[in-house]
Amino acid sequence: MVKSQRALPMIPDNSLDFAFSGVQHTPMRLLIIEDDRDAAEYLVKAFREVGHVADWSADGEDGLAMASDGAYDVLVVDRMLPKRDGLSVISALRAQKLETPVLILSALGQVDDRVKGLRAGGDDYLPKPYSFAELLARIEVLARRRGGRGEETSYRVADLELDRLSHSVRRGTTEIDLQPREFRLLEYLMKHAGQVVTRTMLLENVWDYHFDPQTNVIDVHISRLRSKIDKGFAQPLLHTVRGAGYMIRDGAR
Amino acid sequence: MTALGKLVRSTAFRLTLVYLLIFALYAAALLIYFALNTGRLITEQITETVDDEIAELTEQYTMGSWRQLTTIVENRSLRPGSSLYLVTAPSGQAIAGNVGSLAPGVIDKIGWSETVYRRLDEQETAQHSALVRVTQLSAGFRLLVGRDLEERARMREVIVAAVRGSLALVVVLGLAGGFFVTRRVLKRFDAVTDTTQRIMAGDLSGRLPVTGIGDELDRLAINLNVMLERIEALMRGLKEVSDNIAHDLKTPLTRLRNRCEAALRMAKTETDYRAAMEGMIDESDGLIRTFDALLMIARAESGQARDNMVAFDAAEIVRGVSELYEPVAEEKGITLRAEAPEPAMLKGNRELLSQALANLVDNAIKYARPTAACGPGEKPSPEIVMGARRDGDRVLLTVADRGPGIPAADRARVVERFVRLTPDPAEPGSGLGLSLAAAVARLHGGELTLEDNTPGLRVVIAVPAH
Repeated sequence: MVKSQRALPMIPDNSLDFAFSGVQHTPMRLLIIEDDRDAAEYLVKAFREVGHVADWSADGEDGLAMASDGAYDVLVVDRMLPKRDGLSVISALRAQKLETPVLILSALGQVDDRVKGLRAGGDDYLPKPYSFAELLARIEVLARRRGGRGEETSYRVADLELDRLSHSVRRGTTEIDLQPREFRLLEYLMKHAGQVVTRTMLLENVWDYHFDPQTNVIDVHISRLRSKIDKGFAQPLLHTVRGAGYMIRDGAR
Repeated sequence: MTALGKLVRSTAFRLTLVYLLIFALYAAALLIYFALNTGRLITEQITETVDDEIAELTEQYTMGSWRQLTTIVENRSLRPGSSLYLVTAPSGQAIAGNVGSLAPGVIDKIGWSETVYRRLDEQETAQHSALVRVTQLSAGFRLLVGRDLEERARMREVIVAAVRGSLALVVVLGLAGGFFVTRRVLKRFDAVTDTTQRIMAGDLSGRLPVTGIGDELDRLAINLNVMLERIEALMRGLKEVSDNIAHDLKTPLTRLRNRCEAALRMAKTETDYRAAMEGMIDESDGLIRTFDALLMIARAESGQARDNMVAFDAAEIVRGVSELYEPVAEEKGITLRAEAPEPAMLKGNRELLSQALANLVDNAIKYARPTAACGPGEKPSPEIVMGARRDGDRVLLTVADRGPGIPAADRARVVERFVRLTPDPAEPGSGLGLSLAAAVARLHGGELTLEDNTPGLRVVIAVPAH
């Protein structure tokens, strides 16, 4: 969900406008199974603008048939579909041993709806209405996960290094002291280095909360982290992505 | 359906018919048993007296002669009554007695028989039945003694008449009673039906009549009335909510629309358009947030979330939420800390309770006066304390601030939906935070109370411990 930008501590020179400029998107093939024509057309168009190829299917039967050949990187599945509902499409795919990552879109946004969706074999769950930036960020994370980049014992971005075994962080030669939660926040950001992570993704994955905290709590946590890892270094690594979230990347490349 | 048809088709009337049949059969069986027994008794009595009389007459015959016997028989024959006598000579000729004729062959058969007869002093056509006993006397004489059976026959007639009469009475009384009872019951059911029809037509204030007898119908009516009251309260609540939703969703929708119009009318550059559209996205996010909160409250109040109840430590979620909000509080110059040293186990929905606490802390931060914002003479409110502890069989989750607090008179009101004490459009929030927390507390079988933190506000969610 796009948050109010008014209250954010904006740093103009390292803020990027996500989606339509700046960030590089590795081209993906996506399948959108969604019965609302307008919503689907908007998504197909928006994905094309950032360089992805998106196909559209309007019902569950057809969508299942299209997804079954395994040619897609990520599937975007609406829950309520004509002919065959979204969850049953996912179960059928998983029964065929097809492991294509699935993001479920649904108007049913309560915690137990989400749990049901993930249990049926979905990899992520985004309640409607959503922002395109949020959807895009989540899809790119899903696609990357499929690319085989799993859990590693240490992460490195430029001269920033995080060791998961010794729980230590250093930038260049400087040891950085982080609180446990700050460590997990940085760990998640670095695991997805080069990818945009949204505020809700952080809230879900670092704090395990699925509700809207109403206030810019995440932004304040990020600015604390930023002051520890970027302050006093010439090269900022933790970037604010306008209208979407945050990203850690080596700005030199 | 005609009134009579309705009556006849009613359950009460059918029951009456069944009972009527049972009672009629019972009455008939009783009378038949009575008749059979009476008949047997009469026969026994006759046999006994006849046996006695024969013994006596035989003795007379043995002691005296046949002349003495005939004299006695003649004498007795003259007495009025139902006794029959006949003495025959060895030739078969009748020599004494009051029998005019008998069925053929009766006199030849020794022992008991039932026969038709005519008395000597009667006309040829008269015919009665009698129970007689024939004895062989010495020297070829025969003695017949008997009793008329008219009494028995009359008794039978009386009983048959009684059976008929009582059956008729049972049927008439039963039907009349059935009609009466059925009509009474029907009348009460009709009253219930009328009321339910009125309620179905939309008048939820209707209540079923209660007679005060305390019978099963009354109990049913009382229960249904309680149910109706609950439904009415729910409907009232629903109406209030939809009115509030209409108000609180239409206000931001109007703002959204105004922004669009203003942008169309006045925006000149791309920057203007961008700013306007970002504002619109903000407005719609606010709308979505309000909508989500409403749905969440509805869900908590409907009790659906009870399916996901698990046991967990309340102290842990208090620390979690405190840690999430601590930097935001610090930015406003407020210290936020958690006081939950002991585990406090409870059974519930972790996500919802976390959200409730988050809302309460968010409110506390919003309404706290940071040091910098205090005018002269105003005290800063630098501390918010969250707590979780066990108190008897309850777990108390608290959020206590040093802000302006809420006057005692307003405390009940602010828990209601959409109430914000200081309407401030610059401060984000739907006004639903406190009502969501209250709904979550109720979902957990507990309650939310507002207390004076002298100074400040302390919100307490008390839920049963696990």
